Amino acid sequence: MNESLKSSANSSSYWLAVCSLSQREIVRFLRQRTRVVGALGQPVIFWVLFGAGLYGSFQPPEWASADMTYQEYFFPGVAVMILLFTAIFSTISIIEDRREGFLQGVLVSPVPRSVIVFGKLIGGTILAVGQAILFLIFGFCLHWFGLAPEIRLNLTILDWLAVLSFMCLLGFTLTGLGYVIAWPMSSTQGFHAIMSVFLLPMWLLSGAIFPVGSTGWLSWVMWINPLTYGVACLRRLMYSNSISPDAVGLPGVALSFSVTLLFCLVCVMIATQLTNRRSALNTR
Amino acid sequence: MSDPAAISVEALSYSYGERVALSDVSFQVKPEEIFGLLGPNGSGKTTLFRLLCTLMPIQSGAASLSEADVKTSPAEVRRKIGITFQSPSLDDRLTVRENLKHHGHLYGLRGSELAQLIEQLLTHVGLVDRMGETVSKLSGGMKRRVEIAKGLLHRPEILLLDEPSTGLDPGARHDLWQYLRKLRDEQQVTILVTTHLMEEAERCDRLAILNQGELVAMDTPEMLRSSIGGDCITISTSDQNSLQNRLRDQFQLDASIIGNQLRIGRENGHELIRDLVDAFPDDIESISLGKPTLEDVFIQKTGHRFWEDEAVV
Repeated sequence: MNESLKSSANSSSYWLAVCSLSQREIVRFLRQRTRVVGALGQPVIFWVLFGAGLYGSFQPPEWASADMTYQEYFFPGVAVMILLFTAIFSTISIIEDRREGFLQGVLVSPVPRSVIVFGKLIGGTILAVGQAILFLIFGFCLHWFGLAPEIRLNLTILDWLAVLSFMCLLGFTLTGLGYVIAWPMSSTQGFHAIMSVFLLPMWLLSGAIFPVGSTGWLSWVMWINPLTYGVACLRRLMYSNSISPDAVGLPGVALSFSVTLLFCLVCVMIATQLTNRRSALNTR
Repeated sequence: MSDPAAISVEALSYSYGERVALSDVSFQVKPEEIFGLLGPNGSGKTTLFRLLCTLMPIQSGAASLSEADVKTSPAEVRRKIGITFQSPSLDDRLTVRENLKHHGHLYGLRGSELAQLIEQLLTHVGLVDRMGETVSKLSGGMKRRVEIAKGLLHRPEILLLDEPSTGLDPGARHDLWQYLRKLRDEQQVTILVTTHLMEEAERCDRLAILNQGELVAMDTPEMLRSSIGGDCITISTSDQNSLQNRLRDQFQLDASIIGNQLRIGRENGHELIRDLVDAFPDDIESISLGKPTLEDVFIQKTGHRFWEDEAVV
């Protein structure tokens, strides 16, 4: 921390380094075409197939309007899935950077360690939000091909800005979570294991794919899952016209936003702590 | 009125769990000196290198570069040093120019100043025409040269190079050393090089020999060689122990057994050879005479061959 304070005097160098590292993330991503397709393709397929499959059996929860279709319900959930997957996968590059040696070059440079964290997190956030925006546009267009019902949001420009800003916060948070998981890892296989036993269930139990119930152990798990609040906040912002602000069963905007912000701060703090540590791990 | 040391290492020790990698190593590197750390693989030189470049925490002892303490002011140390790692540190998916650009940004360089520096350095290492190429398309030697350019980009006071000639052909190795000398003479850069190559160690101004984590000798290459004195006689024989005993009885010679050979350091070796061949015509399979090399120095200081482990395998 001391280091970062000292150099914050020279804040333009600080942000130059952050921007440079973020830019590298984006360039690397764009040069790997399969990653672009993978990160967007799977969620869209999920959305179309689940939407078609659960079309008849879906009961809109109490807080939603009675004519909400499953795809409309699932829409913010898929946006969060894209944020999660893109953010998380962009942090896998930490493991690659370490293995390929790029990271040690960064670690011996004089930049405060928080530059390394923010470079990665901002790069990952831009990618995640970019992909989510593509999905939102794509989601609206699928309606014309008969693959999805009409998504009725009716938002003003300001509402959209709120949606976008929140997606940035959530993307940043999830990239931070990925960073914390990826930093101590030596292999990408390990990361994939965490992905399937922790991150995917976290998304499944966030209210993204089915609503949070009112009783039972499952609802408890969902209430303590910080991502539940991320999904809820995005849902409320997207459907601000059809979900009433005091609807019960879905956390309110203020609460959801606060939980997400807290989650974000915790992740960033741990990430900085981890990066600050000089250890033999850095030399692999 | 002597200048403060460019690099100062005091009683540095490091262990990975039970395994001791460095024990109580102390030395000083003078400003504008090319200082070599010579040792076989596993001698601790890479560990020492990583401690100096602030990648690993210092467990005991102290080190400072340009009067900045590695333990307490790593950021200051990092600003002063340029590093070329043994393992690659380039991003394969980016072009040569992009790699250097990002590196420059980390050191606060930007804009046309940075672009100029990149072009200058790439001209020096002979890669200016490959600037726009993706690193993955370069040969091993070319990548090495980009690594070296990267270490020099921000004009460091001290340059640390870990096995710099790995993957370089003899021509490129020669060029590299010429360039390092030029840096020392024209830009007053202090250079620390780790190496396991005798030929490379010969080119250093001063040399520290590391063996199993300990510093066993330190001096200029010439002084180290002459410390052995005279000539070096190597005898191949089938029964080293018996010949060693008989050499002691008949010639009062103290020969050391190195692998399957006997080794004797001695003035006027050519005269001794004649006597030895006369005395033990049946025992000596082959005998050779040479001026002491750094390898002989290493053998004398440590009692084993430089490549002992590999020789057994």
